[in-house]
Amino acid sequence: MTEKRTLKKLSQLEIGQSAIIDSFTDKDMSLKLLEMGCTPGEIVTLDRIAPMGDPIAIKVSGYLLSLRKEEASTVLVSIINKN
Amino acid sequence: MEAAQSFVNFSEKSSIKVALVGNPNSGKSTLFNALTGLHQKTGNFPGVTVDKKSGTAKLNSTVTADFVDLPGTYSLYPKSLDESVTFEVLCNPANKDHPDVTIIVADASNLKRNLFLVSQIIDLKIPVILALNMIDLVEKEGDTIDTARLSERLGVKVFSVSARKKEGIEEIKHALLQPLPVPQYDFVDLRNIASDTIDKIRAVIHLNSDFAAFHSIHNLPEIHYLDDKPEKKAKMEAILKAAAHDTNKLQSQESVERYKVINRIVAECVFEKTEVKSETFTHKLDGILTHRVYGYAIFLIILFFIFQTIFFVAKYPMEWIEGLFVMVSQWATSTLPPGEFTNLIVNGIIAGLSGVVVFVPQIALLFAFIAILEDTGYMARVSFIMDKMMRRFGLNGRSVIPLVSGVACAVPAIMSTRTISSWKERIITIMVTPLMSCSARLPVYTLLISLVVPQNKTEGFFNYQGLILMCLYLIGFIAAISAAFVFKIILKAKEKSYFIMELPVYRSPQWKTVTRVMFDKVKVFLFDAGKIIVAISVILWFLSSHAPGNRMETIEKKYASTEMTTKFTETERNVKISSEKLENSYAGILGKGLEPAIAPLGFDWKIGIALVTSFAAREVFVGTMATIYSADNKDNSQTVRDKMQNEINSKTNLPTFTMAVSFSLLIFYAFAMQCMSTLAVVYRETKSWKWPVIQFLFMGTLAYVATFVVYHVLK
Repeated sequence: MTEKRTLKKLSQLEIGQSAIIDSFTDKDMSLKLLEMGCTPGEIVTLDRIAPMGDPIAIKVSGYLLSLRKEEASTVLVSIINKN
Repeated sequence: MEAAQSFVNFSEKSSIKVALVGNPNSGKSTLFNALTGLHQKTGNFPGVTVDKKSGTAKLNSTVTADFVDLPGTYSLYPKSLDESVTFEVLCNPANKDHPDVTIIVADASNLKRNLFLVSQIIDLKIPVILALNMIDLVEKEGDTIDTARLSERLGVKVFSVSARKKEGIEEIKHALLQPLPVPQYDFVDLRNIASDTIDKIRAVIHLNSDFAAFHSIHNLPEIHYLDDKPEKKAKMEAILKAAAHDTNKLQSQESVERYKVINRIVAECVFEKTEVKSETFTHKLDGILTHRVYGYAIFLIILFFIFQTIFFVAKYPMEWIEGLFVMVSQWATSTLPPGEFTNLIVNGIIAGLSGVVVFVPQIALLFAFIAILEDTGYMARVSFIMDKMMRRFGLNGRSVIPLVSGVACAVPAIMSTRTISSWKERIITIMVTPLMSCSARLPVYTLLISLVVPQNKTEGFFNYQGLILMCLYLIGFIAAISAAFVFKIILKAKEKSYFIMELPVYRSPQWKTVTRVMFDKVKVFLFDAGKIIVAISVILWFLSSHAPGNRMETIEKKYASTEMTTKFTETERNVKISSEKLENSYAGILGKGLEPAIAPLGFDWKIGIALVTSFAAREVFVGTMATIYSADNKDNSQTVRDKMQNEINSKTNLPTFTMAVSFSLLIFYAFAMQCMSTLAVVYRETKSWKWPVIQFLFMGTLAYVATFVVYHVLK
């Protein structure tokens, strides 16, 4: 399976879309996210977006994690194409 | 080259210290309750505002375990005050609470993330037991965990428990008496990352593990076990400076390494049912509770319920408490010999105690609701749907509950800000909550509004009195969020505000936890804030019942003369005596002294006295007005109203309570920090007089300026 590796920000996912964490653009934020189980290579799925468009909730490591869009924009992910 | 396994055995000791540590939502507190039963007490960790829950349990006929419930944390890298406590207690062998054994509580249904903290604690090389909690949820899902294999891979004893169902509790107690293996091998090899520095640090100071040394690279400023060894700390600082590590990079490498090992262990020990799971209950419920229409509607209904309960339901027990204290003070007055001492007991101490205990119903009810909201997992959703709106004002999604509760009473509302994890957002919430119009302002509002607007003045659907009242509540709310906005700009955050938060699965509330929270909060309020409230109450009693020289005796004598006894009935005389006494008391002198300062607001010295006495609680304003204006029935505001309405200012020969003065007073009471109980609670919650003082001053200034403007516009 060859995947097109175009990196997107975690904040740009659509609801139900899954992606693999690639890297982080903010050091401080990455430390916090790493210990919460968001490690490179981990699969994340966008579960829902709060009614006012922010924050978002993602499924990662088998649980639900909420974070602000601003925080999610520091995570680069590659979308898993479902075809 | 495996080191020989070493064991610790505490079965010979008479008491062993056990710490519980785990992720938030891992069921740590439930396990703590199950282990200790009713033998618990709540205190504070020394020097910080972090609640410390400790308790005991007998392990057998000779050995007792002293448990301490450490604040929940996701890692040993502290990001908040609460987490620093956990880190300090576990890492500093000299700490008073440093445990002999640590029970790590992990949510078995969420093992991967929980193992992160588990692995860090194992790497500290301290005696550890792992409690896999919520094992019932795992079984329900049809998954299995190979605990024997897990135990082997982690090098620690592992127990499956369900703290809610009280399963596996005895096994843990029993295990504490058995020889416990001290973890031997490193979970992650930190020598790959920074071997030189680890060796150098371990040469300077005796540490149990590479991890403790590695950890100090990132956290040296936070490490308190070096406080009494400044020369060693200096050496370590020198080492770290020479090594010039990118500490963030080290920590991130460590985290990634940990998860690599954890992923392997999870793959070996956790067997998930392969079939595709149906949409979970939590997911379905979230669809409703975080929905853009139903979500807010349901939250509004819940708020409405909470508000109704603390506002209207709590009224009844509060009346009983007040009635009880009235009975006690009547009994004391008639039983004790008349004189100064009885006066102090009745009007100082009993009145002060009454002012403390009267808050108990509201506190208990509010915390019952909050405990239920937290325990079910709903509170996290409130944050989720409210965060964006509240963030603009420097507040947090969790600030909504304190703000709304503030409409009933700021005291329980401020106590409920504990759930806000960001320091800055919590302080802002504490500072602005008292601007919400509380129920103690209601009697003041009612009295003053009745001076401005006749009772039955209505225009169609509108009742003017009701309209003004609503405006006052609105003004309070607007002032609160505006003040929050200003604080957001002024305050410097100690820590970065994160919103990286777990949304736990929904669970039914546990009534034991709910009653526990109610009990603890009431106790903390009664004993911590209560002391201050009673003390201030005694001071205020002294100020309003004592006068310099023999002024009081002179007044008594004056009214004892035959001229007076024939002119007035006894009741009339008593009313006049109390009025004149108050005028001559220290409080009266203070009120008169205040006059130049409050004259620009349209207030005279009589109002000044009421401002002084109602510092105890706003509703005292009504009683003081009654005394000053010699109204004979304090409970009947109608009489007070009439007296006030007929009052003529001696200087201007015009009525004192003009429209301008009455509205000024309304605005003053809406904004001013006239509540010692709130200040006492702010002190208790921030552990510093700085914040109550700032609060008193900023609210006072706001009140003064606003009142000044209102008076001069309406005059």
